[in-house]
Amino acid sequence: MSFIRDTMLVFRRQERLALRQPAWVIIGLTQPILYLALFGPLLKGLPGASLGGGGNAYRFFVPGLLIQLALFGSTFVGFAIISDWRSGVIERFRVTPVNRLAIMAGRVLRDVVTLVVQAAVLVVVGVAFGLRAPLPAVLIGFVFIMFVAIGLASVSYATGLLVKSEDAFAPLINTVVVPLLLLSGIFLPLTLGPGWLQGIARISPFRYIIDAMREAYLGHYFNTIMVEGIAVAVGMAVVFLWLGSRVFVQENA
Amino acid sequence: MAIIEARGLARTFKSRRRTVEAVRGVDLTVGDGEIVGFLGPNGAGKTTTLRMLTTLLKPTAGTATVAGADLLRNPLEVRKKIGYVPQAIGETMGGTDPSCLVIEELLDQAALYRIGGGEAQQRAGLLIDQLELTGLEQRLVKTLSGGQRRRLEIALGLVHRPPLVFLDEPTTGLDPQSRSNLWDHIARLRSELGTTVFLTTHYLEEADVLCDRVFIIDNGVIAAEGTPDELKRRISGDVVTLRVSGADGPARTLLAGQAVVREITAADGTLKLTVERGEQALPSLLRVLDAADITLESINLSRPTLDDVFLTLTGRSLRDDSHSPAANGRPAREPAAASKE
Repeated sequence: MSFIRDTMLVFRRQERLALRQPAWVIIGLTQPILYLALFGPLLKGLPGASLGGGGNAYRFFVPGLLIQLALFGSTFVGFAIISDWRSGVIERFRVTPVNRLAIMAGRVLRDVVTLVVQAAVLVVVGVAFGLRAPLPAVLIGFVFIMFVAIGLASVSYATGLLVKSEDAFAPLINTVVVPLLLLSGIFLPLTLGPGWLQGIARISPFRYIIDAMREAYLGHYFNTIMVEGIAVAVGMAVVFLWLGSRVFVQENA
Repeated sequence: MAIIEARGLARTFKSRRRTVEAVRGVDLTVGDGEIVGFLGPNGAGKTTTLRMLTTLLKPTAGTATVAGADLLRNPLEVRKKIGYVPQAIGETMGGTDPSCLVIEELLDQAALYRIGGGEAQQRAGLLIDQLELTGLEQRLVKTLSGGQRRRLEIALGLVHRPPLVFLDEPTTGLDPQSRSNLWDHIARLRSELGTTVFLTTHYLEEADVLCDRVFIIDNGVIAAEGTPDELKRRISGDVVTLRVSGADGPARTLLAGQAVVREITAADGTLKLTVERGEQALPSLLRVLDAADITLESINLSRPTLDDVFLTLTGRSLRDDSHSPAANGRPAREPAAASKE
């Protein structure tokens, strides 16, 4: 099928370009590792019950950091499409018979691959710090962040292509991402907060995904938290992918 | 056979408050193997028309057949058949990624047209030769000079050997030497490959040197079309300036009686004649003067430039808003030595 073929073509090109500048992949990893090293130890002092039980602070913290990695890594990919648009590469591709959706899909695939590699490194570092979690849980966690990345990267590319200006793109993304991140309970359990905060936090889709990942890390694979998390992750990916693809396949851009 | 046939092509942009009619019904016919120029100032509708013909922008009205396929019903087929080299200066650039290697760009472009393996390698190698990119295969695009990068961009538009190629301002921003070098390459596209070339330009001399036919677009409609020579002739005749030794009276009387002379003025031994086809009129004028024993001190034939054409048609000079080096106030009429014609 030409869509898959074209997606792989765009993926290989983007992957090659990314490997030419591996510094960005490493820089993207620095932040979560710093949190792991410098913030993680603080969590050890909290009573185990507030972290959802299980007695291992890293089982709480690592899923949060994985989501943070996915969130920042994927929402800022739109920057790159602005410079691709400016260099005329997007237009050049659009005049060829290449599937126009593949122009986005190939890039999203590259971002997902990059994220999984970063996530694997993060988990290994986490284990070095004292994380103990079952292997299926780790893999389930990867699947969750892949869904997050697919959705967010698609929307980020579409937004970049619509906004066409780095100066407008950065504040726009920050305005959306930071509140979502804070309301997701990535660093500290939201249960520590007052009722109104817990109420508002219900609007952040990432909250459900993190909760489900934490359940998995505790070895609980079959419960409503998990179902909710999967529904939100898949639903978000589908809706965002659809929104993003509309921008790429439309006649005029 | 027409390779581009557009009828009433129009594009309206709607923003919050107002509606802009960027292109208001363009009719175009371009024959197979022609090199045509699309001339107009910024905002005339040049790029909008080009973007419609290359499937980047959907027309709000009109129909077109491009390279044998219907533009509206089968844009994918159009894309397979055309090459497009975007404008390199302005909001967006010419389509190459600064962090790619030259050879990667060529092979990726081939892959976009489903050309792979040895065939892609071979075509890339040929284009590298043809466009003088030899030795640059492993260089990053960002390390190329302006002229080299432009040649690469043109090579990308040719990888699939399209019968029709669109060049949006192919030489804008290049130094004069690179520009005339690129003109050679563009001319060779037709002479060696039979490619039809549709180019937009700000440079009148570019249209003059390169194009068989020129379309002048202004305010979203085609204001005139024809060969550069036809257009110049249609606007005003050529001007022959003569200096005779002695009194100008007899010469004036004599020349005024010639059929080719449309208008004549004389002052201080200098005669100004407006004639149809100056290059053909000159020999007969010289013979007449010679027969009457009138001695000439000098003779000069000047032809209207495309800018004169443009000025007459639109009331604006094309140079006013062009960022071309030609914009530095040369005389409106370009003197051409009689011998050159």
